[in-house]
Amino acid sequence: MSTVELAGWGRYPRRATRLLTARSPGDVAPIHRAEAGLIARGNGRAYGDAALGCTATLALRGLDRMIAFDPETGHLAVEAGVLLADIIDAFLPRGFFPAVVPGTRFVTVGGAIAADVHGKNHHGAGGFGAHVLDLTLALPDGTPRTCGPGTDLFAATVGGMGLTGTILRATLALRRVETGWIRQSTIAAPDLDAALAALEAADRSTYAVAWIDGLARGAARGRALIHRGEHATRADLAALAPGAAPLPPTRRGALTVPFDLPARTLNRWSVGAFNALYHARGRGRAGPDHLVGWAPYFFPLDGIGHWNRIYGAGGFLQHQCVIPKARSRDALAAILDRVSRAAPSFLAVLKLLGPGGGLMSFPLPGYTLALDFPADPANFALLDGLDAIVRAAGGRLYLAKDARQSRDTFEAGYGPAATRFRALRREIGAEDRIASALSRRLGL
Amino acid sequence: MTQSPPTRKVMLLVGATSDIGHATALAYAQGGWDVILAARDVGGAGRNATDLTARTGRPVPVVALDITDTAAFRDFVRDLPRLPDTVVSVVGLLGEQERAQSDLADATRVMRANFEGPALLLGLFAEHFAARGSGTLVGVSSVAGERGRASNYVYGAAKAGFTAFLSGLRNRLAARGVHVLTVKPGFVRTRMTAGMPLPKPLTAEAAEVAAALFRGAEVARRDVVYVRPVWALVMGVIRAIPEPVFKRLKL
Repeated sequence: MSTVELAGWGRYPRRATRLLTARSPGDVAPIHRAEAGLIARGNGRAYGDAALGCTATLALRGLDRMIAFDPETGHLAVEAGVLLADIIDAFLPRGFFPAVVPGTRFVTVGGAIAADVHGKNHHGAGGFGAHVLDLTLALPDGTPRTCGPGTDLFAATVGGMGLTGTILRATLALRRVETGWIRQSTIAAPDLDAALAALEAADRSTYAVAWIDGLARGAARGRALIHRGEHATRADLAALAPGAAPLPPTRRGALTVPFDLPARTLNRWSVGAFNALYHARGRGRAGPDHLVGWAPYFFPLDGIGHWNRIYGAGGFLQHQCVIPKARSRDALAAILDRVSRAAPSFLAVLKLLGPGGGLMSFPLPGYTLALDFPADPANFALLDGLDAIVRAAGGRLYLAKDARQSRDTFEAGYGPAATRFRALRREIGAEDRIASALSRRLGL
Repeated sequence: MTQSPPTRKVMLLVGATSDIGHATALAYAQGGWDVILAARDVGGAGRNATDLTARTGRPVPVVALDITDTAAFRDFVRDLPRLPDTVVSVVGLLGEQERAQSDLADATRVMRANFEGPALLLGLFAEHFAARGSGTLVGVSSVAGERGRASNYVYGAAKAGFTAFLSGLRNRLAARGVHVLTVKPGFVRTRMTAGMPLPKPLTAEAAEVAAALFRGAEVARRDVVYVRPVWALVMGVIRAIPEPVFKRLKL
């Protein structure tokens, strides 16, 4: 046990906390009994302060053993510290893939459940929690409790940001795939309305995502590349790449950002240039289907080690909101107007979401836009302005990305659910025993 | 998917609850081998066996073995369902130098766990392998055995003994069809070194040690493997320092 300074993936905020380590499931209960103000931490890929304990943080990566797999059903039981990357490495060669994956594979199963992560297929498949058959949670007093869909505890734990206790293990339903390739088709949309129409039309596709040029202004505001995708079958492989192996060759990423880049590296001109190039290249490639390996399709940034260093030592902020469908178009237009004038957002991703799964899950039927900004003072004010647009449109922010939203914004977005969540936390004795910097900031 | 060979080879892993042990068992299992886990903590080894079975679909038996209980070795070997093709010992007990210096029982435990036990056990398997005319023995020793240093000579001496024993076995069995590999890790990030400030460029992950071990034992058929290779250089320098100078260094 030692005092360390921890941060999320955005490297803002940083906090000193006592770091405790569990090396096997049996270690967790005694730690729960001995500590108050504890939060579990998986692989630290939440962007903000969700996995920063107020007094202590419980590192769970030691719970990294798999428990059982049934190749008939694709049901996999694992300890909560197993990474989605480990699951893919072990089971893609056997013809299985996780049903839902977020933008990085380096998240733990516990973290994926706690954030109820969503992928490019949420409109059809729901969130990660929708494919969890059961989970075992260490309650605040250390007692292990197994629960499944249809129970209050399960509904509160899925998307509950670790605030109901420490997830010890879970059983997941993997999906069958024939190959490790994705059949992708790309459309270039000249503006926001075209991008929204394209995403709407893509709702029959398994996977769909839009990459938006956050700097384009005027008539080109919201110009985007829309990528649709399906798991490629053997027949697809034969048609599009005869002779290709069912599994793409694994290239161990040699690309890494070895040190923090100077703070102003990403600016209006560098980002603008990149976005323009990326859009032009995409437009050039638009058209018939082609094959992409699973790693670059689902996890493009995983290929660059420590990519969060691109934003410099000051860190960066992610703003991810979801806006109900009816008000999406106007709210997104307003957000893009602000952003294109004020700050370059390197990563602007738009997806269609369906209803959320857990009590505190982020998704609601509508569009989600994710933006990145360097964590400098001007941008905090900008993000407060974006929050006001989101609130007015009846939307909310993703807690796994949030590092700075106010309590008012949070209550406006999650109000009734947050009230029930607080009551459940009180019932199970979590109120002061399980807490994170996030829960303290938002009054959960 | 690849074709599996007609009969799967068997590897016995001694020290199955260690991080290096689990990584090694996984490397062998992913390489198409059947694995048997031996450990004192059968429950902990069971958790690792479950992991391997979930990943590979193959059963992984767990057998109880206390590496310091040398009297039980003959029965242990005799009771194995099958004579393994490869035996790997990853057993290591770092202990605390301060304590081992003054506490004879503690020093005995360190010496027995790191040298006497593993050496006698591998020696016993060597007899069986020599009679059979085939087999691979792998001992995970340590660069700490290259020279006794004030900061950890009880552990270091035990590993030095183990290294010499392995090289003796190698010398004796070279013409008998038995392959003996000594693996010498430098710093490794595991439970055993948790909390120690280890310099990043010199520190390997357990999976790295396992990969180097598997390659050296089954693919490239090496005699001695350093993990990471830079340690061969470091130890060359350490060994070359004259004793009158070395005795005054704070290492």
